[in-house]
Order: sequence, then structure tokens, then C-alpha cells
Amino acid sequence: MNYSIIVYILGWVLNIEAAAMLLPCVVALIYGETAQLFSFLITVAVSFIVGLLMHLKKPKNTKFYAKEGFAVVALSWIVISLVGAVPFVLSGDIPSYISALFETVSGFTTTGSSNLTDVEVLSKAALFWRSETHWIGGMGVLVFLLTIVPMVGGHSMQLMKAESPGPVVDKLRPRIRHTAVILYVMYLVLTVVECILLLIGGMPLFDAICLSFGTAGTGGFAVTNAGVGGYNNVYFEMVIAVFMVLFGINFGIYYMLLTKRFKEALKNEEMRTYLVIVTVAIIAVSLNVYSIYGSVGETLRRSFFTVASIISSTGYGTADFNLWPGFSKMLIILLMFCGACAGSTGGGMKVARIMILVKSAFTEIDHTIHPKSITTVKMDGKKVSGETVKNVRAYFILEMMIIAVSMIIVSFDNFEFAVNTTSVITCMHNIGPGLGAIGPVGNFADFSVLSKLVLIFDMLAGRLEIMPLLVFFSAGIWGRTKRKKDSKESRIIKKEKLI
Amino acid sequence: MNIVIVGCGKVGSTVAEQLFNEGHDICVIDCDADAIDKVTQALDVRGIVGNGAIYNVQLDAGVEDADLFIAVTPNDELNLLCCLIAQKSTRCDTIARVRDPDYLSERGFIKERLGLSAIINPEYEAALEISRLFRIPSAIEVDTFASGRVELLKMVIPAGSPLAGKAIYEALGKSSGKVLICAVERDGEVFIPSGSFVLRAGDEISFVTSKNESEGFFKKFGIEIGKIKKIMIVGGGKITYYLAHMLGDHGFKVKIIEKDRKRCEFLAATLPSSVVIINGDGTDEQLLYEEDMDSMDGFASLTDFDEENIMLSLYVKNNTDAKVVTKINKYNFGIVLEKLNIGSTVYPKFITAEMIVSYVRALENSQGSNVQKLYKIVDNKVEALEFYARGMSDVIGIPLSDLQLKSDLLVCCINRGGKMIIPNGLTTIEVGDTVIVATTQTGLNDLSDILA
Repeated sequence: MNYSIIVYILGWVLNIEAAAMLLPCVVALIYGETAQLFSFLITVAVSFIVGLLMHLKKPKNTKFYAKEGFAVVALSWIVISLVGAVPFVLSGDIPSYISALFETVSGFTTTGSSNLTDVEVLSKAALFWRSETHWIGGMGVLVFLLTIVPMVGGHSMQLMKAESPGPVVDKLRPRIRHTAVILYVMYLVLTVVECILLLIGGMPLFDAICLSFGTAGTGGFAVTNAGVGGYNNVYFEMVIAVFMVLFGINFGIYYMLLTKRFKEALKNEEMRTYLVIVTVAIIAVSLNVYSIYGSVGETLRRSFFTVASIISSTGYGTADFNLWPGFSKMLIILLMFCGACAGSTGGGMKVARIMILVKSAFTEIDHTIHPKSITTVKMDGKKVSGETVKNVRAYFILEMMIIAVSMIIVSFDNFEFAVNTTSVITCMHNIGPGLGAIGPVGNFADFSVLSKLVLIFDMLAGRLEIMPLLVFFSAGIWGRTKRKKDSKESRIIKKEKLI
Repeated sequence: MNIVIVGCGKVGSTVAEQLFNEGHDICVIDCDADAIDKVTQALDVRGIVGNGAIYNVQLDAGVEDADLFIAVTPNDELNLLCCLIAQKSTRCDTIARVRDPDYLSERGFIKERLGLSAIINPEYEAALEISRLFRIPSAIEVDTFASGRVELLKMVIPAGSPLAGKAIYEALGKSSGKVLICAVERDGEVFIPSGSFVLRAGDEISFVTSKNESEGFFKKFGIEIGKIKKIMIVGGGKITYYLAHMLGDHGFKVKIIEKDRKRCEFLAATLPSSVVIINGDGTDEQLLYEEDMDSMDGFASLTDFDEENIMLSLYVKNNTDAKVVTKINKYNFGIVLEKLNIGSTVYPKFITAEMIVSYVRALENSQGSNVQKLYKIVDNKVEALEFYARGMSDVIGIPLSDLQLKSDLLVCCINRGGKMIIPNGLTTIEVGDTVIVATTQTGLNDLSDILA
């Protein structure tokens, strides 16, 4: 284990977070919230100085491998969450640290589950920071790090692999730095476009920015208790719904469109499947809930927004689906598992993984019928490597195990069955709302500290796609590397060479 | 620069590494996903699994914005096809590895007609390097530039040499015009010497000379290492094939030991009859002595197995005074290898990589200036720039001694219609010449910049 590089990267991560916290400072200044201003400034100052000390000296050994990559990603996310929760407590917005931590993790992991009964009592700065964490967590803090810190060698790809969602992470450009910059620029542009569209519709600037942050990261924190439904404005809902679907699509496809590879982009199997699932789900839900809303327009408005919100793992609500019939509720739970496309900011298992799982299952059936047949799993006409299929299966099994264990622990809180199961499912897949007391109009306030910790773990595991956290917590990787010091003998040889 | 490399084997990955270290943006293509994984994990390059000859795969690799396309798969024909497709569709520079001896005589033709920028034959280049080591055993290093047309030899001035303590014009005397000292290294510093520069014992001098003169020059200035006549080569692969041809042309007596009978028959049929070919195991002590190992002046271990080569060279080096050359394919455990007494080592994959890197540098440096090519010589401390002399230049037709040249600058070679001229004070630069200038100064953009 190369500890010096881990410290170095963590230092940078802290500084990035410090920089990100300057925005809520500005907000606090504008709205004249002195307590918030000072609590954010103190956190900024401390994390800036500590971070600076950590990355001041560039380590000699800059090599790191998969295990360092996973460990540093897991550690970074834990650290930014721990630090990100501090201003909430200092300013008194959220007095309990665990609640603040839950809120921050829910923000960074783009889950959007709140454990506050009333968000309207929060200061503007706190609300802004809550939404901003969605935006940072959506594309990833280490991907951002890669855009500004020059890393040596191909090792830095390990960071991107560990943080970016999806079974296979592809570079858009030869250099990882350029790839990261392109991703962030596209991300920023899409966010700004959404924000402008919301402003055109007459939404207040503060709300427009916060909701755009929430949509871009597919998070789901709103700035009012009523959420997006509170505006009761079809235009806002449609803009947000369309952008939720858009942010659930692989960013690689936007890059293809930018580089004029239209054919390739439109042929992408995962995106097509994703859009088909969205369409089918909207139709199915609409047919099912038509009797509640009565008119076609109203039905489509509610079902489109809800389906887009759940499949992209955003979690904004305009309709309380607790009141929907059983079929629609079941469908929503399935959409939670499904999630968005790989390489997007969305959560869930990812459409690509589901496709690989289903396809590989079907090849097994084929194989049973024709024991000597040779079958391969294909995506976009290309063979999916056996390694990837294996990883996807392992991912599925590990996820189910974590969900099972988490459900058992949460069940000590003695909630009704729907709340117990959906709380874990929604956190694990970074969605936001569940069924029952944690539905679109409910929150996670009543959970015990233990359950909150378990859900925090689930949210992080879901966002980082399990492996980094499990690797981080496995004892085997935490050993020191032993290397022979530059021996006298080899030094002499070097000298001779110079002569 | 944006560079696409097809083929991720030994050579491909080494080239990728070297070019990456020079700061280029690289995309590699290979059919083997494992090979791609290995490279992309070690370097910040993009990897694509697929057939590099397919236009769509090339497009995916970004060939449209590429400045250079390199094909180094194991298959010559595939390399050529890759380059053809890339070249026809995007007009970028292309380099192909072509190493089958059958194509050797057609190299120029293939390059010209197919429009490739360069053809690289690692085995041939390795053989060239080995032959240089045998031809000029006194030189501690042989550098080449201007596409191998100019050889730059490096030697150390021994104590008591007639060169020591004298100014260059005085020391060279009659030899001036045949030999030109381009650079002198002293205590880690590099000088571009003028005629009045005083040499000292212990200086490392780099000089250009015509091929036939070097021997005499070494002898005259007190470096005497027995001339090599008889050479034994163990292993009969492609390098041996090329090497035997080259050495045969220079009048060496060559003996090849090869295990495989069929290969022996092929070599016997294609090599000059002066080359003796023995069918037997080169690691058999008995056989080595039977074939007069102890009377050899030179010995090259060129089998396909690094371990065998190293053992053989160690053995020969311990038992004879021959100049030993060892071929090493992999450069793992390099530090250990450097400690071993195995004579000169040759790494074919590094030779290829170096050639490509120097080509890329030349390409990069010639963009936006009148420099045709730029080479780094003497451990990258000196720049050798190639200029084309156009009609308007102020240096045309004036003897070099009458030109006010910059300090630390030397006209070291003039290519007049394919003939290399080593200039003296009376030489003039004519229109149409290609002039090679050695200098430690940077930023020269035009031939007239050599004037002070």
C-alpha cells in the first residue's frame, strides 16, 4: 500500500471541497446569514490548511494500483462526507451530527433522502450546500480532481474506474485529464441550460440553481417541503423531467454527438434499452393510474415525471405514489433496481449491468439445451469479455447480500414491511423516496442512529458501486510496502555508468 | 501530438511508453484485450480492442485528428494495410514495421509508392548496431543521424595520445577535411569545439568521418584494439541473417551456430558461401571449443532466449578476450543485467522505439520552421539540425572560414546530391545542399541563423 500517494490525493480532495464550500459562503453573504457564513468559513479554512499540508510535498512514489485506487476513492468519499456535515452542525441548522452526516452523504451520493422533517427552516446557505453536494457527487469529486491535478502515468485511471458508474469505463480522449475535463464541461453546460430554461419559466434564481444541481447529479433535494410538486407548474415539471432522463444517459453518447458520430450514438444498445424502459414504464403506469387523475394530460404529467425521477435515481416528487395502485408501486420498485445508464450521473444497478445479467442468463439456458454450444454475451455487436460478465455477476450477488443484511439491521426499528425494505433499496440505489412513511412526502427522521449508519453505508456503497468500500474495509490491503534501500553496490554501479 | 499505435506487443508497448513520456497523446489498438489492459493500466493512454486495419476502429481511435500512425503488429502485411488505410483516409504520417527479409530490397519502393513516412525493421536495425560494434570496436559509442547516413563515433582520448594537449587544428594536421570533431565532453559539460580548442586526455570526443577513415584515425591517436576478423554467432534468427550479410560485406569471417536443421539449410542457401553454418546446440561447451571459440575476435549471442544469451556471453567473456555482444529481448531486471559482465547489450525493441521517438521529434521540431529535421546527439545534449540551402540565403558560396558563425556551432556535414561531404575551411555551401549543423544553442529556425 502506497500511503504517501493516498495522503497526497486526500489533501487535494479536501482543498477541492474547501473551494466548493466558498459558494455557500457567498450565498450566506447575500442573504445576510452571519452564523452560516462563519461556520462555512471556519470549515473552509481548516480543510484548506489541512489539505494544503497534506499535498504540499509531492510523494516520490507516485505509483498506485487497483487497491490504492479503490482505497483512496472510498476514503475520499468518507472524508468529504465527514467534513461536509460540519457546517450544518456549527451553524445550528442541523444540531445532531449523525443527522447532518446522513444529509451530507445523501447529498454527495445523489440519493436525496432527507432525514429532516422540515427543510424550510434551514438557512439558504445550508439549502444551497445540500444541493451543491448533489452536483459535486454526481460526476464525482475525484473525476474533478483529475481535471486540475496533473497525475503521472496510467495509474490515475484507477481513480476514474473506481468512481465512475458502470461495468466498463471508457476514456473519451487518450489522456485521462482531457477526458475528465470534457465530462465536466458537458456536465456544466447541461446544468446551465436547465437552469436557464427554469429561469425563463419564471422560477426564482435560488430555486432554479438548487433544483438544477439536484437534477444534474440525479440527487433529489428540493428547497421546499412540497418539492417540485409545490410549484404546481407543468413547464417546470416537464423541463426537470426531460433533464432527469437526459442526465441518466451515458455522457459518452453526448461526446459522440459532439464529435458528429451520430450513427454510433443513436445505435447505442444501452441507451435504446433505457429509453424503451422509460417509455414502456410511462405507458404502463399511465394505464394503471388513469382512474385516479381522470384526464390523459394529468395522468401523463404525473407518470412521466415519476418514472423519469425514479429510473434516473433523482427522486423529485410531484405525485405521492403511495396512493397509486399496487401494480404501479411494484413497477416503481423494479425501476429503482434498474437505474440509469452506465457512465451517467444516475444510480441504481445500471441498465448495462441488467442487460449483461439477462443476456448471460439466457446464454446459460442455451447452454443447457445445447451443452456443446459456444455462446458469448454481446453489447453493441461486440463481445463482452468474460471478466466483465464475472464482475457483473459478483456485483449483483454482493449487492443483494448488502441489501439483505441492511434490511435485517434496519428491521430492529420495527417499521412496517414496505418502509423497512424500500428504505434500504432506495438508499442502496441512490434514489431518494421509498414507500410508506418515507414516500415522496415523507422523510427518514424517525430512523435510529444504527439504521442511519447502515443506510449511510448503503448510500456510499451504491454510489461507489460496492467494490471500493468493500476493498477499503478488507484488512488484507493495509500493509506497508517493503523495499530494499538503494544499496551501496547499486550506487557504485550507477556511478560507474556515469563515468 | 496525437499518435495512434496498432499492436501492443513488446515493441508497441515500448513505443507507447517512450512516446507517452515525451508528452504525446496516445491511443493504442490491439485485438488482444489483455494486452490493451496491461498498457492502459501502466500508462495514461487510451486503449481500443479491435483490428487496426478496420477503418471504423481507426476512427474510434481518433485517427482523424492523429498526426502520426504507427503499425507494429507481428504481421508485416497487416502493418502495411493498416498504414495504407490510415494514410488514404486522413493523410497523417504513417510508420510501419516490416521485417520479413523478402521485403528488404523493396523497402524504398514500398515506402515511396505506398506513401509511408518510414518503414522500420527492428531486426535489421539491431543487426546494423551489432555490425557497427564489431566494425569499430574502439569506439565506445556509435550514434547515427541523418537517417543513418552519418555516423558519429565517440572515443575517449587516452593519456599520451598525440591529440592530448594540442589545439584541434594542430592535432589533426593532415587529417582535417577527413575527420571533424563535433563535440567534446569534459566533466559532464559539452563543448562544440572550434579549431583552436585544446584537447586533453580523458576528454570524450564525438566525431564524424567517412567509413574508411575511422580505423586509421583511431590508430593514429593511440587507441589500439585489435581489429576484429573472426566472429561467432549463436542463434540463426532474422538478426543473424541480416548481420551475416552485413559482416560478410565488410570481409569478416562469420561462423553461425544454429540448432534447427531446416533453418541452417535456409541460411546456407541464402547467405554468402563465406559464412560457415554449423548445425548444433550453441550452449554445448564441447561444440563451442570444437568450432574454435577461443580463436574468435567477436562473439554474438542472438538466440531467442535471454537466459541462454546471458549464460553464453558470461561464459565466453570469462574464457576469451573476444568482443561480446548480447541480445536481450525483455528489459525486466535491468539493474541486475547491468551488473553482469556480458559485454555490449542490444535491445531490439528499444532500438525500434528510439527510432520512432527520434522520428517523432524530428517531425515535431520541423513543424513551423525551416528545420528539416532535428536530432539530439551526444546523450541529447547537442542538437544536430538539418537545413535545406535555398537560393536567397546569405551563406551560399562563401568558404566556411570566411563566415562569421555563432559560437558553439559547427557545420558538420553537407549532403550534396546524396554525397556526404565533411567540410573544412575552404568548403562552400551551395544551393540545393542539405546542411547539418551541430550546436548547443537552441532556437535556430533558418540556415542564415547560423551566422553570428
